[in-house]
Amino acid sequence: MAQDKNDAPTVAAYADHEVITPPNRLKKAVAMTKPAGFDPVARAEEALDNLASEFPAWMNQECEQLDEVRQKVKAEGFAEETRDTLFRSAHDIKGEAATFGFPLAAPPADSLCRLIEHTPDMARIPMELVDQHVDAIRAIVREGARPDIADIAQTLTRRLREVTDEFLRHENRDRPDVLNIIAAPSLVPRGKAD
Amino acid sequence: MVHIDFNKLRFLVVDDNLHMRRILRSLLHGFGARDVTEAEDGASAFEAFTEGNPDIMFIDWAMPIFDGLELIQMIRQPGANANPFVPIIMLTGHTERTRVTAARDAGITEFLAKPISAQRLYQRVFSIVAQPRPFIKTATYFGPDRRRNTSASYSGPERRKGGASDTIAPLALIEKAKPVAQHRSP
Repeated sequence: MAQDKNDAPTVAAYADHEVITPPNRLKKAVAMTKPAGFDPVARAEEALDNLASEFPAWMNQECEQLDEVRQKVKAEGFAEETRDTLFRSAHDIKGEAATFGFPLAAPPADSLCRLIEHTPDMARIPMELVDQHVDAIRAIVREGARPDIADIAQTLTRRLREVTDEFLRHENRDRPDVLNIIAAPSLVPRGKAD
Repeated sequence: MVHIDFNKLRFLVVDDNLHMRRILRSLLHGFGARDVTEAEDGASAFEAFTEGNPDIMFIDWAMPIFDGLELIQMIRQPGANANPFVPIIMLTGHTERTRVTAARDAGITEFLAKPISAQRLYQRVFSIVAQPRPFIKTATYFGPDRRRNTSASYSGPERRKGGASDTIAPLALIEKAKPVAQHRSP
């Protein structure tokens, strides 16, 4: 796309870097007065609420997809493609579960992501541990209406995480950089928005 | 009080997950946006970026073929495409420190961890529109200035070299609003 003179960035050059001020294309959207009674965040939350009736079905679809990928891995073994697909499926659940009203499903999905991401030799990922994660996620979603689901989910997740972390520490015993990553706390507390 | 007119902005949402795209579209429409384009992978996103010239992009990290980080590296190529300065909000389930740092060093403008919320999404867009940051170009980095604040108590080495800019000094708000000195044509 051609740029006219007004679109050109300004550049301040220094010995080893440049400070570039791009043309501000977004100032067109800055208004000094807000329309009376307009609350954009409240409007957006209302729009999200209007979608909420679909969330349980969406959550079930995500769980079905996770199960399908798990079955494919069991049938074909871990290859780069199946590992990546399984990771993305678990990662989607980690990111979406709270929005869909199933926050308890996010921590075991996070644990599964860690297992897949930090195991250096994918052939050594224990399928039984993958099964346990997938089954836990599906059970937490399926039994979401139980009054004691929070206690059950937290117990399950804690145990899965312990076993996973123990396995990862062993598999990465000669990789101190990865051990540091595994041990480091998340910048964002699990289950909470940023 | 400053208000953002979302109706005047063009958004590109890049996420391989259909549900997340619908959620993001709904939130943006709630804010008042009308021009929201979606892409489900890095390749179609780059095409949509090139042809649609969006004002703001939302990019997921974990995607097939090439991921969000690779897409950002393709976009942040000065001189190679229409708008290497396009503001990019990385919207991702990754929350580890190493990931956040890698995203920052790839040239994202804002980082937004899932689960998504209307309030935090609005804050990120507001920050981009109302408080734009200059870009820094070095031998190894091209992207928004990673120094959001200047700390009067900072006592470490100045890693950027060169003339008058060697000294780190806190900027008054009014100074931040002024264009940088020593302009020259690109």
